[in-house]
Amino acid sequence: MRTSFATLFYKEVLRVWKVAFQTLLAPILTALLYLLIFSHVLEQHVQVFPGVPYTAFLIPGLVMMSVLQNAFANSSSSLIQSKITGNIVFVLLAPIAYWEFFAAYVLASVARGVAVGAGVYLAALYFAVPSMLHPLWIAAFAVLGSAFLGALGVVAGIWAEKFDQLAGFQNFIIMPLTFLSGVFYSIHSLPDFWQGISRFNPFFYMIDGFRYGFFGVSDISPWFSLAVVAGCFTAMAVFTLAVLRSGYKLRL
Amino acid sequence: MAFAVDVRRVSKRFGSLQALDNVDLRIEAGEFFGLLGPNGAGKTTLINLLSGLARPDSGELSILGHDVVAQYRESRRLLGVVPQELVFDPFFTVRESLRLQSGYFGLRRNDAWIDEVMHHLDLTDKADTNMRRLSGGMKRRVLVAQALVHKPPVIVLDEPTAGVDVELRQGLWRFIQRLNREGHTVLLTTHYLQEAETLCNRVAMLKRGKVVALDTMKNLLNSVAACRVKLRLSGGLPAALSPQLVEQTDDAFILALSSYPALEAVLAQLREAGISVLEMSLQQADLEEVFLQVVGQGKGEP
Repeated sequence: MRTSFATLFYKEVLRVWKVAFQTLLAPILTALLYLLIFSHVLEQHVQVFPGVPYTAFLIPGLVMMSVLQNAFANSSSSLIQSKITGNIVFVLLAPIAYWEFFAAYVLASVARGVAVGAGVYLAALYFAVPSMLHPLWIAAFAVLGSAFLGALGVVAGIWAEKFDQLAGFQNFIIMPLTFLSGVFYSIHSLPDFWQGISRFNPFFYMIDGFRYGFFGVSDISPWFSLAVVAGCFTAMAVFTLAVLRSGYKLRL
Repeated sequence: MAFAVDVRRVSKRFGSLQALDNVDLRIEAGEFFGLLGPNGAGKTTLINLLSGLARPDSGELSILGHDVVAQYRESRRLLGVVPQELVFDPFFTVRESLRLQSGYFGLRRNDAWIDEVMHHLDLTDKADTNMRRLSGGMKRRVLVAQALVHKPPVIVLDEPTAGVDVELRQGLWRFIQRLNREGHTVLLTTHYLQEAETLCNRVAMLKRGKVVALDTMKNLLNSVAACRVKLRLSGGLPAALSPQLVEQTDDAFILALSSYPALEAVLAQLREAGISVLEMSLQQADLEEVFLQVVGQGKGEP
């Protein structure tokens, strides 16, 4: 493995670890609060999949939501912090190829997303134990989904010049897309119009495919979801690599 | 052999500002080279182009024969840059920062050299201190250490002693001079002209993105009046000497001399006018004068 890439990846992981309270524990607590409130309110009223209690249904959705949000938060906040404090210069002065830069930031995002997701899952077991029929599907969607969000975070972190621009990106794009993706419900419960809209939301496929790994039931064929998510990641990766290669906002 | 730094017809524009205008500059391996100029002259832009932090609009730059754009990996490995801004990563300790920087440059086990660099920069005590807890001067030392962590044959220091105490300045220069003696090329920009005068063997002066002077330190110093004489007199300055007057204080006159023998003529003029010398001292020309002459020229031009 190339040392430059390995070091940059290690630095990103070390950064997460040094502030684990805020990067790992805080998002786990947030997800658990959602779980506590929603399951308490809805457990008796809603059953989405036959034979699956609502709390168990909710857990994979919350896990995947945490995976995706934290993957995005990791690369985007690391980059904007480095840009604003100026220490991005240490990486830019080094002989690191743009694809090594890409791979290090995206993989670190996957690592943080998966770590938070695993934490949420383990803590959620206290409330309900969802089945886990197809672990490979779970892994595939967790990795591809977080890689997509990690790459999106790289672009957002490079584009944003201030923290509030990044917060805007998070609040107006990432949050709506995650909340409207079927974390808390099946899209079959939506009116036709919103069902149609949801099908243009890549997050919907990530959540639906991920949940299939647990229950073997999904709104859409997991193969189709996998193709959509893989396609989104590939397109995002090509775009991100082009941005990095051009030196946009990093090399004047 | 390839030049340590080779800059050919390089131009760079930021919006309406022509930061560099057709700059040509070559630095031989082993030189201690000074890059001087007023604020906004283009010094940092040139360094950013050399290190890949910015890209030239036209022209070519290379480090020891490696083009900084086409062969950026080789050229960056050969270059160690101390940036002007006091930047640091607040997540890490001094040693972690240096190990990471080593790794970025492809060096996995580099602790012996890291220890040596820390020792020379007086950082050993602070090795396990978080960067956030260091004083400004200490952070500056870490920046220097980070630039040297991969033993670059070409070292670029962009105003490394701005806001740094005397002790560090001297320690830093001893270490850099040692590296220079061992064969490292040094490119320095500084506002302390005296520093440049004692350290550099060759100097380029930049003004509004153009090289306005490029010569050895010796030639530059010889190019202005070789020396000056400060005189306290029993009377006024004879009119015949007024063209040589550069400065007048309350009780003394400072005259420019083209050479030491020219002093004889000055004294003869004074004798003739019946004025006696109460006190006299000679002053050597320094880089500051050269700088003001070269860079100060044509201040009014558009």
